[in-house]
Amino acid sequence: MLLETRNLTVSMEGKTILQDISLRFAEGKRTAIIGPNGAGKSTLLRALAALHSDYRGEILLDGENIRRIGRKRLSQRLAVLPQNVQAPPDTTVERLVDYGRFPYRSWFRSSDAKADREAVEWALFVTRLEEFRQRQVLSLSGGERQRAWIAMALAQRPKILLLDEPTTYLDIAHQLEVMQIVRQLYEEYHITVIMVLHDINHALQYADEIAIIKNHGIFGQGPPKEMLTVDTLAAVFGVKADIFINSRGDAILSPISIVK
Amino acid sequence: MSRRETQRRMLLLGAFALLSCAGFVLSIAKGSVEIPLEEIWQALLGAGGGMHEQILMNIRLPRTIVAALVGINLSLSGAILQAIMKNPLADPHIIGISSGAGLAGIFVMLVLPEQGWLITPVAFFGAMAAALCIYILAWKNGIRPIRIILAGVAVSAFLGAGISALMIFYSDRVHSALMWMVGGLSARSWPHAEIIYPYTVAGFLLAVFGARHLNILQLGDEMAKGLGLRVELTRLSMTAVAALLAASAVSVSGLLGFVGLMVPHAARLMMGSDYRFLLPGAALLGMAVVMFSDTFARTAFAPVELPVGIIMAVLGAPFFLFLLRREL
Repeated sequence: MLLETRNLTVSMEGKTILQDISLRFAEGKRTAIIGPNGAGKSTLLRALAALHSDYRGEILLDGENIRRIGRKRLSQRLAVLPQNVQAPPDTTVERLVDYGRFPYRSWFRSSDAKADREAVEWALFVTRLEEFRQRQVLSLSGGERQRAWIAMALAQRPKILLLDEPTTYLDIAHQLEVMQIVRQLYEEYHITVIMVLHDINHALQYADEIAIIKNHGIFGQGPPKEMLTVDTLAAVFGVKADIFINSRGDAILSPISIVK
Repeated sequence: MSRRETQRRMLLLGAFALLSCAGFVLSIAKGSVEIPLEEIWQALLGAGGGMHEQILMNIRLPRTIVAALVGINLSLSGAILQAIMKNPLADPHIIGISSGAGLAGIFVMLVLPEQGWLITPVAFFGAMAAALCIYILAWKNGIRPIRIILAGVAVSAFLGAGISALMIFYSDRVHSALMWMVGGLSARSWPHAEIIYPYTVAGFLLAVFGARHLNILQLGDEMAKGLGLRVELTRLSMTAVAALLAASAVSVSGLLGFVGLMVPHAARLMMGSDYRFLLPGAALLGMAVVMFSDTFARTAFAPVELPVGIIMAVLGAPFFLFLLRREL
């Protein structure tokens, strides 16, 4: 399933947030959207998820304009995990994940109970939360909680998963856990992942494709090794960086100083 | 959903239902004339006779029914508003129901005192007009809960000034208006029950149909949208349901406060936040609370009858402070 923007322009209260963005997010790939603060990354992700609909241009899902796809039908194909989520204090993991089945339910028709249960069990299995199903979401650690929210998105059985800075506020072990789940979704279940990432090195290790947004426009799109270089870091973030090779042979970028 | 949790909630619903039955029996048995249970039973079966039956069928029973319906309406309205405003302190006062109904009702009472029958319908329109007004004022690229609350405060202050002005201009007739401002069920009878019950039935059904949507709304607007919920539409239509429920209650019982705040919270503490259970729970509990409180208000200080609004405020104000300390 292919997600694509054509000449996407977003302005809010007279200010341009995104200008003329044309991007293709290929099927079965993990794309990381990176860029400086305020560049418009989150707005782009929100527009892709149809959370923000006040834009010019087009967003196409398999060639179909997402404005013309019904809200619930879209949520069956594309799941999003925004940054600001909340749940009532007594919500259990299982109930939260079950909310992911909402797009399959309607006022008139009760859903297919078997399909619901299978989707919930699968989501709990993938995020390794089976033991936690009766726990309250708020009683979990940050990493477990983030996995619970990802499980809810997975219960939607999406082809495309959109994540807005999924590792923010997590410690390094939990960050790794979340990124490994993302890898597994892609490798085993062939879910297309589009994520806004803060951490350049996560993008380098866990993405197949990088889209860099700068000054409300596209700076470039391409494979990580080409896009994430010392030169682009200087041009996009204004930092001078060194490259190291870690024990697994991965390149690691380490910012050294600010360049003017 | 674990089976044990569901069982616990069903048991609680059963307990609330029993409590309501107890409140109902107590409310029709107690008063200036005590009526024994056998006579109540016979009268309800249509086999009674005499004075006691008259009191039961024309005074106690309709008043108790009105109390129950008012309790259901205000509790459901509060429960819905707490979900859509995502504010634990939201209740029907906030969306302007009370001030709108207050000004309209008091206008009739003071300016057209011989047209008493007008109070209920006019108060109803006042409530709906105020709610609509607040909604329009709060609208700016969609609805944000905080703007509704602030617009509600502003409109309420404005309408409150109107109420005060009316009461000063017509200070000789203020007594009946005061009783109404406090909220009471004195002399409520079958016509009032007939006004309110269609709204109770329709409101309850619409609220229960919307329960799953209210659950999703509690996950935050963005997540709710991402799950395919039409957030604005849900918020608008559920506000309308809450406004109808509360406006019909206010128009028969006056400005009865705290029920819509207290009952949904108490129900939530016991049953949790799943609206599929919370809404029926709040309805049953609200019914019981208002019937008990009204019985107490009628009998505790006999021969003086207190408006039930005073009892609710005495219970409700400390509860409000408790919530404030606990949640904010």
